[in-house]
Amino acid sequence: MSSTAIEIQSKRGVWGGGNEPLKASYGKLMMWFFLLSDIFTFTAFLITYGAIRVSYPAYGGEVADFVSSNEYWPIPEMIFDAIPFVHGVHLPLVFVGLMTFILILSSVTMVLAVEAGHRNDKKDVVKWMLWTLLGGITFLSCQAWEWSHFIHGTDEGAMLTYVNSMGNVVSETVYGANLLVNEYGPAPFAQLFFFITGFHGFHVTIGVFLLFLAFYQAAVGVYEDRGHYEMIEKIGLYWHFVDLVWVFVFTFFYLI
Amino acid sequence: MAQENKNGLEVIPRDSAKIRKIWMTALILLAVTAVEFLLAFTMERGMVLYIIFIVLTIVKAKYIMMEFMHLGDEVKPLFYSIIVPLIFLVWLIIALFREGTDIFLMRW
Repeated sequence: MSSTAIEIQSKRGVWGGGNEPLKASYGKLMMWFFLLSDIFTFTAFLITYGAIRVSYPAYGGEVADFVSSNEYWPIPEMIFDAIPFVHGVHLPLVFVGLMTFILILSSVTMVLAVEAGHRNDKKDVVKWMLWTLLGGITFLSCQAWEWSHFIHGTDEGAMLTYVNSMGNVVSETVYGANLLVNEYGPAPFAQLFFFITGFHGFHVTIGVFLLFLAFYQAAVGVYEDRGHYEMIEKIGLYWHFVDLVWVFVFTFFYLI
Repeated sequence: MAQENKNGLEVIPRDSAKIRKIWMTALILLAVTAVEFLLAFTMERGMVLYIIFIVLTIVKAKYIMMEFMHLGDEVKPLFYSIIVPLIFLVWLIIALFREGTDIFLMRW
């Protein structure tokens, strides 16, 4: 090697190309910026929830005496109080708390899979991906039940006066929820429920699909042949994001 | 001794300190959720409780982003290019809540 070549090398500097200012691969960077845009989407939804909620009167009485009406915004803990297999028992927020636990735990097993990927440990990656996949499917099943219960409603229903789809004012007992009317509160309450938890559930569904793909490819040795487990890391970022969004949905939709 | 698989990829043995840290983070997240759950039934509903909920949620978000997504381990420019744009959300919150309050005043 001549000395000239070395001199040119040193002159390349910052503008010569080949720099990695963010020290991350293309795929990981793009995942991060996609997640940033998704953060904006979800926060826009949640802030919209807040804005629509403050545009309705709040329930003024004691929590224990709460009766749902489309005149005021409901208290979530009095609405989300059912769990599967136990009919008619008031167990506020227990089921949704359980769902939160499941999603956080599946996030934990995902980090363990990523950690195993850093060590090129195929056996551990496959094991933890399987647990994560199981957690994701369980969460989705819980959400399916939650939706089904929300749509079909309680035994009692609620006596409401509202404008029906024909444009007439009617007074009748309403059971469950649709986009026009629901027994829990003003129409936007159910609309936002379907919209926000639905969009999150859609993300979880795609996440489960990606998890399965990563689990399968790890198991058959695709990543081993590739020489690195970066795909696990990228899908891991997405999966943690799904968990992150749920933490906020839990607070703003179910707690407050 | 580190072992190798058929492709010559070196399998590094488990670092139990690292794994313990992951489980500790999990424990913190689950504990904070449990505290939120308890507060929902023991404290009176109102602004104070809502602020506590929001603070606890941000604490959880911090743990998920820093420990699980390893954002803290990325270089500073990447860290700030994810965190700084979130400042736009402050305006969205102020604007939409003002809007919601005004709609309330017009309706009732």
